[in-house]
Amino acid sequence: MKTIQDLKDIKNQKGAQVDIRFGGDAEAEKTYILCCAGTGCTSSHSQDLMANFRKLAEEAGMSDKVEIIPTGCQGLCAKGPVVVVYPGDVHYQLVTPDMAQRIWDEHIVGGTPVSEYLMKEETTSGEDIPFEESSFYNDQVRLALRNCGKIDPENIDEYIAREGYQAIAKALTEMTPDEVIQVMIDSGLRGRGGAGFPTGKKWLFASGNRGNVQKYVCCNADEGDPGAFMDRSILEGDPHSVIEAMSIAGYAIGANQGYIYVRAEYPIAIDRLEIALKQAREYGVLGKNIFGTGFDFDIDLRLGAGAFVCGEETALMTSIEGNRGEPHPRPPFPAVKGLFQSPTILNNVETYANIPQIILKGADWFNCSGTETSKGTKVFALGGKINNTGLVEVPMGATLRHVVEDIGGGVPNGKKFKAAQTGGPSGGCIPADYYDIPMDYENLSSIGCMMGSGGLIVLDEDDCMVDIAKFFLGFTVSESCGKCTPCRIGTKRMLEILEKISEGKGTMEDLDKLEELAKYIKANSLCGLGQTAPNPVLATINFFRDEYIAHIKEKRCPAGVCKALLSYTIDADKCKGCTLCARNCPAGAISGEVRGAHVIDTEKCIKCGVCMDNCKFGAIYKK
Amino acid sequence: MKVSNVPFQGTAEQEAKLIELINEHKGQKGCLMPILQGAQNIYGYLPYEVQKIISDNTGIPMEKIYGVVTFYAQFTTSPKGKCEISVCLGTACYVKGSAAILEKVEEVLGIKEGECTDDGAFSIESCRCVGACGLAPVMIVGGEVYGKITPDDVPGILAKYR
Ligand SMILES: Cc1cc2nc3c(=O)[nH]c(=O)nc-3n(C[C@H](O)[C@H](O)[C@H](O)COP(=O)(O)O)c2cc1C
Ligand code: SF4
Ligand code: FES
Repeated sequence: MKTIQDLKDIKNQKGAQVDIRFGGDAEAEKTYILCCAGTGCTSSHSQDLMANFRKLAEEAGMSDKVEIIPTGCQGLCAKGPVVVVYPGDVHYQLVTPDMAQRIWDEHIVGGTPVSEYLMKEETTSGEDIPFEESSFYNDQVRLALRNCGKIDPENIDEYIAREGYQAIAKALTEMTPDEVIQVMIDSGLRGRGGAGFPTGKKWLFASGNRGNVQKYVCCNADEGDPGAFMDRSILEGDPHSVIEAMSIAGYAIGANQGYIYVRAEYPIAIDRLEIALKQAREYGVLGKNIFGTGFDFDIDLRLGAGAFVCGEETALMTSIEGNRGEPHPRPPFPAVKGLFQSPTILNNVETYANIPQIILKGADWFNCSGTETSKGTKVFALGGKINNTGLVEVPMGATLRHVVEDIGGGVPNGKKFKAAQTGGPSGGCIPADYYDIPMDYENLSSIGCMMGSGGLIVLDEDDCMVDIAKFFLGFTVSESCGKCTPCRIGTKRMLEILEKISEGKGTMEDLDKLEELAKYIKANSLCGLGQTAPNPVLATINFFRDEYIAHIKEKRCPAGVCKALLSYTIDADKCKGCTLCARNCPAGAISGEVRGAHVIDTEKCIKCGVCMDNCKFGAIYKK
Repeated sequence: MKVSNVPFQGTAEQEAKLIELINEHKGQKGCLMPILQGAQNIYGYLPYEVQKIISDNTGIPMEKIYGVVTFYAQFTTSPKGKCEISVCLGTACYVKGSAAILEKVEEVLGIKEGECTDDGAFSIESCRCVGACGLAPVMIVGGEVYGKITPDDVPGILAKYR
């Protein structure tokens, strides 16, 4: 059981050494080797890498002089596993376990960083720039991710060294619950889970009748958007920030039980959460009579079981209750009647991660960044056709161009940016025409797109927009819970039409039908899943109508993706008659004499593309 | 109720573990999900027989248990292969060509997504984002994550598990 003074002591003792990683100028007592232990880097064997460093430290008898610290995601997943050494803030990229030896010998012992392994950004001009000078490093503003990748998520003391659990202490000892809610309202923080509802207002709605009724605080860590990993990274990198924020919410509305509903597909995040909860209970910052103030709050984990609809708030609560995760109509809103029929608030992981700092630093500190209506920052998970795949945090209102070109390092292989998909299966796409749009909630919805939870998938000229629309609709069709007809059957009909179009069998009337169905489904579905399911289709029709028309009228897929519309041909002038393609073709569709030009029988061709992939003379084209 | 064709081969030891799990959670609010998740860890799947044990020991009706089991993608009522292959079809992986990876896996093993090889060695499924999007396209074989792969890498990777 720790007192507030104990926490301050831990901070005073450890703080300066932890601050070195954040630009603090204390004399370093040790060398700190930070290794990313997020899902991405763990998949690339960062655990073995850490084991190697530990072994080297032991063998050299330097375990007390060198500390090897596992961290959460550091952001640049594309260059993982990532290692950072302090003092010096030296970043290494793509560090395999056997690279540990050289880093140890030359840098840790010898004092000279291994220049070959240093992290650098490849620019389109072909010249590499040192990581410290890159936009990825310099242009981010990290609030929600402030500790991610810099502290050991499995060590509560490191979180405390970063002012951890000071915010709940401040709330409990210096603020009334109403004051906490007022700060949240004034801060302008809006939900990061997609809808952007003002967090303070949500808390206010649930705050009545404190002390007399059972209430719950829930955290949405279901992260359903496939291809987004903001919430996972926060849970893996800074789980205590979410735990602390949930207790602040509990104090504000008068709840003493919390639930975190987390995707079962995130084993590392679950592990770290369990460890963090255990440590928080040991320190008494969670549990009964926190800091002796009489406030009780505890948190349980509930694992999702792979149903996208369970990200929807009423479905999530039904699922925690142990039922099929089907949504209910609202009202009653969860603030009135939620989990187990009690008043409940649900916030997203990233929303929570912002809260402790807002309580500590005040509403004005937070609401001076961002745009008029959208305050603070947003974390994006950059994926798809972009050089710096990974996690970035930028002020609300940053332009898409800045995020993709500068921070994201642009589109690889000299290809052209075509669109960015945001909001996942509920969202739309931002085409190149809107490259300079400042991204905030209002601007994105004004072009039929949405902020979503932060997945940002970059598409280039090789991506077919009909195919992308089909991909997302396929997703919603399989994820619809089936409770209401417009969503269950309507989306299926839309998918069938899209399939027809992508096979070259569509008609122009089909486009109208799609739009008509979309309108109907949006207006008549019970929950957000159905209400937003048509968005990817509407957005692509709106911005890329030409592409749909090419599929329908010319039976052509301009990006060369839709298989049924492709044809492979051999350029007789370039073909040397090596016979490789004929031997490789699984359908036996290629014929020709040795050293004579070959031809493809389009009737037999199954369009697998093996011939083109393997032709040494670049003689095969697809159209 | 659909009963799997594969005969149920649960052991007494597994059943004892399950009962212990049930007793740990029984009576708690919303206990069914954690029990089912634990049961699937014990048996690898949730056949009729396992659902029945849960029903008998918790008093939760069979139709409710069956309804929950079939609602969630994570639960399966038929056994999986000794080596489970999961190809990520999340957006980040999809735009980096994971559909072609899945096709290749299907071709090499001669089975389709959702099926298990006759010898029970491999089963294939697709999943939606495992959170390693930086490594797209991603495939998980027997718990090991393989990232930045091409269809050509597939036969070599699978050969390691034969
Ligand atoms: C189909 C559907 C899926 C959703 N998935 C998520 C999700 O994965 N994570 C999330 O935080 N919110 C998700 N939401 C939004 C939640 O319903 C809810 O608005 C949000 O968690 C509230 O938290 P916030 O106000 O902090 O954003 C989803 C909504 C719908 C309709
Ligand atoms: S809109 Fe779709 S997901 Fe939502 S309740 Fe209706 S059928 Fe279920
Ligand atoms: S989309 Fe495949 S790991 Fe995220």
